[in-house]
Amino acid sequence: MSILVQRPGLLTTVQDLGRRGWQQYGVVVGGAADALALRIANLLTGNEENVAGLEATLAGPQLEFTQDALVAVCGGDLAPNVNGSRLPMWRPVWIRKRSLLTFGNARTGCRAYLAVAGGIDVPLVLGSRGTYLRAKLGGLEGRALQTGDVLRVGSASPYAIAMSQRLKAEAEDRPFASVLWSAGSNLADYAAELVLRVIPGNELEWLTDESQAAFFHNSFQVSPQSDRMGYRLAGPKLELREERELISEAVCHGTVQVPPDGQPIILMSDCATTGGYPKAAHVATVDLPVLAQLKPGDPLRFQPVSVPQAQDLYRAREAMIEKLKVGIALHGGAGP
Amino acid sequence: MKWKRRGDYARSMGDTFPQFTPLGDSAVVVRLGDQIDLKTFHEVRAWSQFLAEHSFPGFVEQTPAFNSVTLYYDPGCISWDDVSGWLQGNVAGVGASAPHAGRTVEIPVCYGGEFGKDLDFVAQHAGLPPREVVEIHSQLDYLVYLIGFAPGFPYLGGMSERIAAPRRKSPRLKVPAGSVGIAGTQTGIYPLETPGGWQLIGRTPLALFRPDENPPTLLQAGDTVRFRPIGEREFHALGGGAR
Repeated sequence: MSILVQRPGLLTTVQDLGRRGWQQYGVVVGGAADALALRIANLLTGNEENVAGLEATLAGPQLEFTQDALVAVCGGDLAPNVNGSRLPMWRPVWIRKRSLLTFGNARTGCRAYLAVAGGIDVPLVLGSRGTYLRAKLGGLEGRALQTGDVLRVGSASPYAIAMSQRLKAEAEDRPFASVLWSAGSNLADYAAELVLRVIPGNELEWLTDESQAAFFHNSFQVSPQSDRMGYRLAGPKLELREERELISEAVCHGTVQVPPDGQPIILMSDCATTGGYPKAAHVATVDLPVLAQLKPGDPLRFQPVSVPQAQDLYRAREAMIEKLKVGIALHGGAGP
Repeated sequence: MKWKRRGDYARSMGDTFPQFTPLGDSAVVVRLGDQIDLKTFHEVRAWSQFLAEHSFPGFVEQTPAFNSVTLYYDPGCISWDDVSGWLQGNVAGVGASAPHAGRTVEIPVCYGGEFGKDLDFVAQHAGLPPREVVEIHSQLDYLVYLIGFAPGFPYLGGMSERIAAPRRKSPRLKVPAGSVGIAGTQTGIYPLETPGGWQLIGRTPLALFRPDENPPTLLQAGDTVRFRPIGEREFHALGGGAR
């Protein structure tokens, strides 16, 4: 099975859950910016959570399937349709071979994730299939998709094969068919005005009292200079009490840095392993997925939480994903 | 406004080290000093080595820097309290361990000309002939403090202040992989073709980032680097320009 790229979209890359264990060599973690959406899309197609899928950004691709396929689209709503009919998100969908899956422009959110039963089969590089554009690493030749690319797909799981047979029978002569239930969209509320929960950073107190207050009381906007490496924010200028040198040390996805111009940067999944700007805060892991769905111009605020609170939120989210897995498995076994 | 202050997390008092401070909800920075010096560096090495050899359920990875080591963990497996308690309990054990000696790695560099377009600028700035800049740069041993910023990029310590030079006013959009540069009192090697503002004095034909190998980098923290001047012919013989 393979997927033909008829149109690549604005920025579509192969992503999984990233490279772990190589940061000491300067290799970024990378992976899906909204890991939650990719994980759920994988679960819905009977894949392991960390299997590679496609991440589409703002304006999505047009894809042709050479064989029947079981897919799921989660994350931001980039108006996916099959041969002109709206494709329902957050659920397994069977697509007939030679059908066209076309994404449009983002309606809500910023990034859509497509999982295909069996996963996108590109070579493993340092333990991941994810694309790291800056080092031309992983994915399809280390780059974003282009027109004419062919993506190979791996072997579908027994769950996916059973689900495909059942949906194919329901489809009759239509180009696709999906189940009536959906799963996981309740975990990702992209429409709400975003309040990001953050853990205070080690250099928060380097900021003046006024800037610390502004950081937590004022609203910031995602600026157009934002990408998979970082979101630059526009808002009140954050000032340091005094000019101080920071010795470079580790930073990570979610770190909020304050560069000399006083406009904070939230580091995203492709961020460098080390940084030398003061760290005002770190976004709680549980809020990284919704953050990845913000687009330029969107507002956000910061709300302080403690490390134990952030970890409680994380464990609660993981427990919900475990329940979701059980639910999806039950649906798969329910027969035609 | 109420949020936890740094003091509530730091398990050590005042400015004594190690200090354990959270880097978000999934990592902890073990800070071992407040400046870049060899004593701190040896402690960083000892902690980095200890963490590489003694992990716990939920341990993800560790990465050394100038004056700190950062430990990444899975908060689904282990809490902040338990991680910081584990670290505290191992302070004595780490203190007693001696870090492995690093390797010495020779890096051939073709200085000046097409490969080091800013060598003349650096020489002018230093008030030295270009040849002497090359001599000074290639005579010293450099310590790899850490690999960071980009895959395989070494932060090197030990450059002579005599050949220090400011960054370029406008960064180049493309700096070729292997370029050896100077920025302030730092020298470094670009592992990938990227934009960059360092003054370029030469280029090595060796690949610093090797994604098909393990470890995937030519250099590792703790190594000593020695630059060896080579001519253009040897540069090409060593595979330079082919990448």
